[in-house]
Amino acid sequence: MPALCRDCLTEFEASTRCPACRSPRVLSHPELSELTIAHMDCDAFYASVEKRDDPSLAGKPVIIGGGKRGVVSTACYVARVRGVRSAMPMFQALKLCPDAVVIKPRMEAYAAASREIRAMMDELTPSIEPLSLDEAFLDLTGTARLHGHPPAVMLARLIKRMRDELGLTGSIGLSHNKFLAKIASDLDKPHGFAVIGKAQTADFLADKPVRMIWGVGQATQAQLEKAGIRTFTDLLRWDIKDLHARFGTMGDRLWHLARGEDKRRVSAHQPMKSISNEMTFSEDTADADLLDGHLWRMAEKVADRAKAKGLAGRVVTLKLKTAQFRTITRRHALRDATQMHDRIYREGRALFDAVQGSGPYRLIGMGISDLCSADQADLAPDLLDEGAAARSRAERATDEIRARFGPQAILKGRALR
Amino acid sequence: MKLSIERGALLKAVSQAQSVVERRNTIPILANVLIEAEGDTAQFRATDLDIEVVDKAPAQIERAGATTVSAVTLHEIVRKLPDGALVTLTDDGANGRLSVEAGRSHFNLATLPREDFPVMANSEYSANFSAPAPVLRRLFDKSKFAISTEETRYYLNGVYLHVSDADGGKVLRAVATDGHRLARIDAELPDGAAEMPGVIVPRKTVGELRKLLDDDEMQIAVSVSETKIRFATPNITLTSKVIDGTFPDYTRVIPQGNTRKLEVDASDFAAAVDRVATVSSERSRAVKLSLDEDRLVLSVNAPDSGAAEEELAVAYGDERLEIGFNAKYLLEIASQVDRENAVFLFNSSGDPTLMREGNDTSAVYVVMPMRV
Repeated sequence: MPALCRDCLTEFEASTRCPACRSPRVLSHPELSELTIAHMDCDAFYASVEKRDDPSLAGKPVIIGGGKRGVVSTACYVARVRGVRSAMPMFQALKLCPDAVVIKPRMEAYAAASREIRAMMDELTPSIEPLSLDEAFLDLTGTARLHGHPPAVMLARLIKRMRDELGLTGSIGLSHNKFLAKIASDLDKPHGFAVIGKAQTADFLADKPVRMIWGVGQATQAQLEKAGIRTFTDLLRWDIKDLHARFGTMGDRLWHLARGEDKRRVSAHQPMKSISNEMTFSEDTADADLLDGHLWRMAEKVADRAKAKGLAGRVVTLKLKTAQFRTITRRHALRDATQMHDRIYREGRALFDAVQGSGPYRLIGMGISDLCSADQADLAPDLLDEGAAARSRAERATDEIRARFGPQAILKGRALR
Repeated sequence: MKLSIERGALLKAVSQAQSVVERRNTIPILANVLIEAEGDTAQFRATDLDIEVVDKAPAQIERAGATTVSAVTLHEIVRKLPDGALVTLTDDGANGRLSVEAGRSHFNLATLPREDFPVMANSEYSANFSAPAPVLRRLFDKSKFAISTEETRYYLNGVYLHVSDADGGKVLRAVATDGHRLARIDAELPDGAAEMPGVIVPRKTVGELRKLLDDDEMQIAVSVSETKIRFATPNITLTSKVIDGTFPDYTRVIPQGNTRKLEVDASDFAAAVDRVATVSSERSRAVKLSLDEDRLVLSVNAPDSGAAEEELAVAYGDERLEIGFNAKYLLEIASQVDRENAVFLFNSSGDPTLMREGNDTSAVYVVMPMRV
């Protein structure tokens, strides 16, 4: 059975210790040199970056998240031992772990670290599909001859280099498709390397719960449970037609996944589906002026991102979360797609006015979706809105000034509210 | 209740009723038509709570009374009966069924009590006048294509019918717009209409009203209040709530200073637009008009599907101009022209364009250009 030393990267035939360096960190698997689809997931990425940049944090529980009202975005492994999980409300996390060091996210630092990791991945394959700053799929099919080593070796080297050169650890899942690679990367965390081979796929999945599937959340899980589906073995008993009838296209996908089949390719250019922005307030608010200021600034962020990518949206969405944690979502389809700050704001404001009175709110968000290219957007101003053309020209001029002198060079007064 | 009625008269009455009732409604009685038999008339009433239509038809009444049955089911039955059949409707009041008999066909339909049927409250109308069917037909037919379907701008979901000043004095005017195009149609002011309040007649009402306007000789009695409008012929009364909102000041939208004049045969123009638009992408359907001395080139350039071009001989004497429009909007306004040439008045490629038929200013259309 082919094996590989995680420390010195020597390849050999299976044994419990590396014949070269005597390390016990040996990875062996019958299909080790054949599998090519990988998922790389950094371990507690934001927290790891903070710990790397501030050695005084070593050994302490660190939580990354915003304010006392926010949620945990990342918890380091010390904090995880105490029960802190990501997406947990901060007050709950602090109850479990009162001595935690809470750090506001420094997105630029994480983005910089992510770029360094990306550069290392780029050396392995051009086929990389980033899912976020700290995880990505890699397809190393056909790279063995170029590198002189099978993908497994190159991936082991990748996380070794990440640790040695960047001070960040990651875990690798290696398998024969994206679905299983993603599951595998979670099996041996942190700084792990797990392999799911073709031959073992059926046995591996059998008793695993279907909630393991990426995209099966609480709602889908509840629906599946109603149908008596809890594990992959339960799924195998279903006919594809029945699954489709009951769960639609999701049913088709489940049928294939239950058999360990996933035809999705690792694609470097996943088309973007939406552009959005949201924020949680430090205190619940029903102040219409304040909320209007947030709407304006959020519309600006969305518009800026759309303009930077040359995209526009045909649907504007408003999201509000009330003090009672009820989420209100409203959307409006536009006749003419837009990337303009002014139009996104006005649509969002109209949606906001229509739900008025349901506050106070703890969160507000705005976004555009059903994206298209900017040259198909903002084609025809509204006949009834005489100022529209002038406002649009003003916005384009403002954009040019901001591009030249910085984003704060010119602002509307309302942006300060 | 027991009545006999000729199949044709019954079909006419119930087809109007079934088109008013909402297909999907949560209040069962609203799916029903109220049938009332009295004297020598059967009356059929249907409502969606916004519109109420009452149809009267002559019938032989054996026993007066009233009941309600599903409008759609009754319509389907009557539609499938042979022409010329005599239909007998019997409701014994005891078993909650209406029996429908024609020849050898016999149906039993579930009924709901007439007392539950919501009858629209009578209201005071501040203006009553009479208008010939062709006049109303023109007002609504030529404006309805521009009605907005956007629910957020509910006040545009209808035709704004009001009294306005035009060059020759006061007129009865219909305006509709969706923010991309606008139609403004004028008609001679009928006697007694001068005091009518301006009202927004909802899209669905416009559709139902159209069925009353086919007969050129018919005079339609129109009654208007701030909240309702009623159209009546001797047999049919259509009452509708009007949209509770303010129609925007459309007068500012209609360009006054457009001087670049294009005159073109409307049907040639529409056919050419239709042809070149074939290759345009589904979403925007933009057509570019390039104007030069007595020459119009229509072109479409859709990078992912193809390109098309067509030249038309036209009357145009101004500077060169390139301007883009949504093909569908151009087709819709061009199809409103039926007697003379279409006259387009442009300003610049970014300003609203005006279209009318010859020199007739009683029907003008405004369309917003798009970037091409």
